Amino acid sequence: MDKPPCDERIDMQRIESIVEECKGQKWALIPVVQKIQNEFGYIPPAAIPVVAKGLRLFPSQVQGVISFYAQFYTKPRGRQIIRVCRGTACHVRGAEALLELLEERLQIQEGETTPDMEYTLETVACIGVCALAPNLVLNDQVHGQMDAEKVQQLLKKGEA
Amino acid sequence: MQNKRTVFVCQGTGCLSTGSGAVYEALKAEVAKLGLTDVEVDFTGCHGFCEQGGIVAVEPEGIFYTHVTIDDVPEIVGSHLKGGNPVERLFYRDPATGRAVPRYHEINFYKKQQRVILRNCGRINPEKIDQYISKGGYRALKKALLEMTPEQVIEEVKRSGLRGRGGAGFPTGRKWEFSRNAQADRKYVICNADEGDPGAFMDRSVLEADPHAVIEGLITAGYATGANAGYIYVRAEYPLAVKRIRIALEHARERGFLGRDILGSGFDFEVYIKEGAGAFVCGEETALIASIEGRRGMPRPRPPYPAQSGLQGKPTTINNVKTLASVPPIIEQGADWFSTIGTPKSKGTTVLALSGKILNSGLVEVPMGTPLSTIIFDIGGGIPGGKRLKAVQTGGPSGGCIPAKIPDTPVDYETLTMVGSIMGSGGMVVMDEDTCMVEVARYFLSFTQAESCGKCAPCRLGTRQMLEILARITQGKAQESDLDTLFTIAKTVKECSLCGLGQTCPNPVLSTLRYFKSEYEAHINKKRCPANQCRFLRRKTGKKT
Ligand SMILES: Cc1cc2nc3c(=O)[nH]c(=O)nc-3n(C[C@H](O)[C@H](O)[C@H](O)COP(=O)(O)O)c2cc1C
Repeated sequence: MDKPPCDERIDMQRIESIVEECKGQKWALIPVVQKIQNEFGYIPPAAIPVVAKGLRLFPSQVQGVISFYAQFYTKPRGRQIIRVCRGTACHVRGAEALLELLEERLQIQEGETTPDMEYTLETVACIGVCALAPNLVLNDQVHGQMDAEKVQQLLKKGEA
Repeated sequence: MQNKRTVFVCQGTGCLSTGSGAVYEALKAEVAKLGLTDVEVDFTGCHGFCEQGGIVAVEPEGIFYTHVTIDDVPEIVGSHLKGGNPVERLFYRDPATGRAVPRYHEINFYKKQQRVILRNCGRINPEKIDQYISKGGYRALKKALLEMTPEQVIEEVKRSGLRGRGGAGFPTGRKWEFSRNAQADRKYVICNADEGDPGAFMDRSVLEADPHAVIEGLITAGYATGANAGYIYVRAEYPLAVKRIRIALEHARERGFLGRDILGSGFDFEVYIKEGAGAFVCGEETALIASIEGRRGMPRPRPPYPAQSGLQGKPTTINNVKTLASVPPIIEQGADWFSTIGTPKSKGTTVLALSGKILNSGLVEVPMGTPLSTIIFDIGGGIPGGKRLKAVQTGGPSGGCIPAKIPDTPVDYETLTMVGSIMGSGGMVVMDEDTCMVEVARYFLSFTQAESCGKCAPCRLGTRQMLEILARITQGKAQESDLDTLFTIAKTVKECSLCGLGQTCPNPVLSTLRYFKSEYEAHINKKRCPANQCRFLRRKTGKKT
């Protein structure tokens, strides 16, 4: 793992107060990490020792949980998140081509963020909107029955 | 009294993605503008026919509008609700005959279904507990708590023949009995709403459209097994389901269906929501428990089963969303009624998520034992574009493919296992002649390989090896001997893995090898993809993927 960056913009006090809210609560690790990520967009590595201390865990246990679950990120992500669904229905209706198209348009690979921090491109196992496959999720909004033209429009809208 | 009409706008995840949120607001505004006092605008959860979204239904007439956008709103309100002339251009069109079908129950997709688990989906507002109650909701809970002993509840569920809808099909009544008989100071029940199978969306729809049905089932399970706390473990990819459960729990608490001394019965019960964090294996019950406890979601060997030692080491009952939603009707209408539905060994109905190369994609609930052909052709409307059916994949990454040559296969636990697939959670993805079966197997393996938690070697290493071979085959770089190696590894992983993920992940490979071996051979020997899908082997006339 990268060494924790000392980013001044991270409000460590806020992280401490999130941890404080759940102090002593059993089983709180995942909800705490979820809350930090919801507020910061990712889990700043500097938060790991704070969480560990507050919940009386080893930092390795916190790190272990973060790396286990696909939805936890330890690097900053873009302002807009595009997730291409890779469910079976989407797959047989062309999700692969959709992903390639986005990679080409944004000039990044799956899992990467554009240098201007505007877009992060990810995939998701299945969002359960199979009847409208292929789907993508843009900032938590589902867009179904995607094709090249609709992708174009979505990206344009995002730029405006 | 004037005929009061209600316009129900679907607000399920599928319809919302087509802009039905704005349609709902616009309908309310338009109805208010024209001063139609006999019309109420309300919303429902998923009707299960997402492909036709946005869906708007007018009750009690039963008029069913499809593909509704915000531009259609003035016409629906002006012509239909005010003028009495339904808008024909928005009716569902039968893909086979091209005929416009105005009413819900006349549409083939719905006509041939029997909805028990989905009984309220699309018919009530999931955020209003009164509507659930008006459909008979919480009557079963009253009956169970006030008129039956826990043992009688278990006996009724046992007699109904209900089996778990989460995949393995274990008899629910027996599972409850194990937990009931376990001695402990505390017990738990858990609703498994992880629905990780790609291609499955039944549980999402039920939770979004009828959350109280699941909660009522969960409270009943708690009463029967002697648990005072329940958890609903929902995957984080379903934000709307989480929201609706949260609202439903609040309402249930206000009405005294949750909390202390429920309905004066002396039984206490509380429900908590736990959100997943994106790991398929957490649907496996022991991994799910680890995840609730805030650990890495890794399975452990069983026994001990959760019914003996689960959450915090206490007896824990884990049931799927659909299993729990089946419980209230069983208690209310009785085991005898329930057991008339289905086959001798598979009772009740099954909910399938029909998708892929099919005209009517959506949620289908049919009695167990319904022939595959009825589902694909009568309900699903067949294959689009005049293409031929090649296979139907059931059970997601743990399941297999049923070839088109056995179209009358009855869909129930036993038969699907016999033909080399599984019932699984109910995903049903239809494939036509343009779908490459080797590529399908590769797709599922790429999923399970990524989701393998890495705890046991057969699954961790075996999935990777199988995936590499399958990738080689689809790229035209494989040798004849690779097929034997693939088969051997598949067998080993199936027999030696620790949990259900590893034990079932070779199924897509084994079943495609069983029915579509010639496709594998064409890739290897002729460097050709018969479906013309594999990119490296594509013929120059090149179709789009
Ligand atoms: C890898 C794996 C994933 C699973 N995913 C789910 C799931 O998403 N939902 C579910 O209800 N059961 C799932 N199961 C089955 C559960 O372990 C368990 O059998 C089920 O929740 C029991 O409920 P039931 O008796 O009502 O079917 C999964 C099992 C395995 C091995």
